[in-house]
Amino acid sequence: MSDYVVPVVLAGAALYALARRSDVYAALTDGAAEGLKTVWRIFPSLVALLTAVYMFRASGALDSLTAWCAPALGWLGVPPETAGIMLVRPVSGSAALAVAGEVMAAHGPDSAIGRTAAVMLGCSETTFYTVAVYFGAAKIRRTRHTIPAALIADLTGFLAAAWTVRLFFP
Amino acid sequence: MDAVWTILTVTAVIWGAAAGRMGAVSAAALEGAAAGVQLCLSLAGAVCLWSGVMELLRRCGLAEKLAGLLRPVLGRLLPRAAANPDTLAALSGNMSANLLGLGNAATPLGMEAACAMAAGCGGRASDELVRLVVLNTASIQLLPTTAASLRAALGSTAPLDILPCVWVSSALSVTAGLLAARLLEGVWR
Repeated sequence: MSDYVVPVVLAGAALYALARRSDVYAALTDGAAEGLKTVWRIFPSLVALLTAVYMFRASGALDSLTAWCAPALGWLGVPPETAGIMLVRPVSGSAALAVAGEVMAAHGPDSAIGRTAAVMLGCSETTFYTVAVYFGAAKIRRTRHTIPAALIADLTGFLAAAWTVRLFFP
Repeated sequence: MDAVWTILTVTAVIWGAAAGRMGAVSAAALEGAAAGVQLCLSLAGAVCLWSGVMELLRRCGLAEKLAGLLRPVLGRLLPRAAANPDTLAALSGNMSANLLGLGNAATPLGMEAACAMAAGCGGRASDELVRLVVLNTASIQLLPTTAASLRAALGSTAPLDILPCVWVSSALSVTAGLLAARLLEGVWR
């Protein structure tokens, strides 16, 4: 079933756009240029962050962190290997990408841990960045319950990521 | 970000020195930098392709259709903001761009709506504005293209097989965030 998603979305979007007389190819390449800008923008931070993440892992600190978090996370049904992703996800999108990429490379993208890491990335946003951008634009100083509510949403998403992966990939 | 980088590297040095693993830490620094380049290059193809497809969908009017579908939901969720047609247009544009995963298109529209909603409230976030920001901090993307691109870059056989998991998790996350905002709005005045 999931084998069909990508090819059908690609062909379907082209047919739909052609039927509505859109400029199919120009839109695709303009969008791809926009995507290239995104990659270009995260390139320096991915290099810097993966350096730090690799050092952190090689020192053995990551294993200790995982071991400390293991009892609580195990009780919640979350793989302890994903602790690092949960810590950095709300703070930095590229750091989360770096940590999740490292977890997926170490455990395999199609393992339960790798899938959980991907779902955690896919179901959350860079909370603090978003709050800063919106409230900065609207000149809000008293943010009230925004941060607690947003972090509750993130935590729920992370727990749900582990649970849904176990549910859909037994 | 300064804190994240500093904590990671300083901990690595202290921990590595204490555990006698400085050789490995030193090698890992350069390995990590190289891995960053490699990851970026292998991500580039998928990210460009998906950005192209989403841009195509936006140009042929799918974003407007989504926005139309979202209007009744927004009317219920943010009734005061939705009463103003300009703010409602910005809000529905923001949400539909979020659904398509077009962050570059979503943010300016969301900021426009936030500014309109914050007018005359003296720097204090209204209940509705908090709800809008919580909606934007929770991801409601239909196709989690970055997560899927990362899986593809690392050799997954079916990068998009996580779709149902992402949808259910996102729905639960957004619901929890909005519920929490509802419950806390009486506490945080």
